[in-house]
Amino acid sequence: MHPVIPYVTAALLFGTGVYGVLRRRNAVLLLMSVELMLNAVNLILVTADATVRAALPATGQVFALFVIVLAAAEVGVGLAIVLQLYRLHATIALDTVALSPPDDTAPLPPPGSPPDGPPDRGGPPPDRGGPPDGTGPRPGAGAEPSQPAPVGAA
Amino acid sequence: MTSADILLAGLGAIALGAALMVVTTKHVVRAGLWLVVSLGAVAGLYLVLAAELVAWVQMLLYVGAVVVLLLFAVMLTRAPIGARHDLDRPGWPALLVGGGAGLGLSVLLVDAYRWTRVDTPPTGTAERLGTEIFRSWVLPFEVLSVLLLAALVGAIVISRPEIGSRPEIGARSRPAPGERR
Repeated sequence: MHPVIPYVTAALLFGTGVYGVLRRRNAVLLLMSVELMLNAVNLILVTADATVRAALPATGQVFALFVIVLAAAEVGVGLAIVLQLYRLHATIALDTVALSPPDDTAPLPPPGSPPDGPPDRGGPPPDRGGPPDGTGPRPGAGAEPSQPAPVGAA
Repeated sequence: MTSADILLAGLGAIALGAALMVVTTKHVVRAGLWLVVSLGAVAGLYLVLAAELVAWVQMLLYVGAVVVLLLFAVMLTRAPIGARHDLDRPGWPALLVGGGAGLGLSVLLVDAYRWTRVDTPPTGTAERLGTEIFRSWVLPFEVLSVLLLAALVGAIVISRPEIGSRPEIGARSRPAPGERR
């Protein structure tokens, strides 16, 4: 077995991961590239375990297991951050994220004014509920929708 | 060239080609599926290198768990189905740095190992690795379990808006995705 083959494979995998991290704008794709880099490091560790005579046996494989667990933790927290970013900005393109908090919060209030949301959702139910309610509890609900309703009901 | 060399070269070529597809494809979902191919080929490399337990853990944790998590994130962020052309930044600096890192490391490793050959080491079975972990590496193992717990709690805290953020941000965050839909 010639150890130079997996070594070169790992080096080129790492280069591919670096290229992906620098190239991609999508945060999920960037995390995939980070996984490629971690795999390259694992491959180096396992190959070195087969190549180099260490004081303790199987040290490289033990460290590869540790790195796999670290990668699992990293991707869990990273995806939680990405989902929160999507919830706040409705995009996960990384170069649209402002780095300072005031710039993040300043452009949000004009489009997303909170009081506009509930009236829009609360508006349709009185209109749809008008005809059945037209017979009884008319007075408080709505003056405009109630006027055509009694004509159809009567 | 022995059969192990041929297997190493073939699996390495598969892993590299799939990794290149991961970083160049225009489909977000296909990038995740190419990542499965790449990680599976690396698991095959581990098997040829006689790291049996690491290969199976790679299949279970990476191909099983991490890729499923990534695909869930693709789903939850409403990634577009079909090709997209706004996934990338301009490529020349990335090509320079990534190619430089890959080729530089390759040259270093080729210079260090030339065409030497080593015998295949004894198989890294679960018994051997477990003995090593619980005899020599107990403390890092326990620290790692604490880190996993911290990452779990951190992921839960981050992904709940009413805990992780201030109230006005939490109130703003709900209409923001709704009005752009």
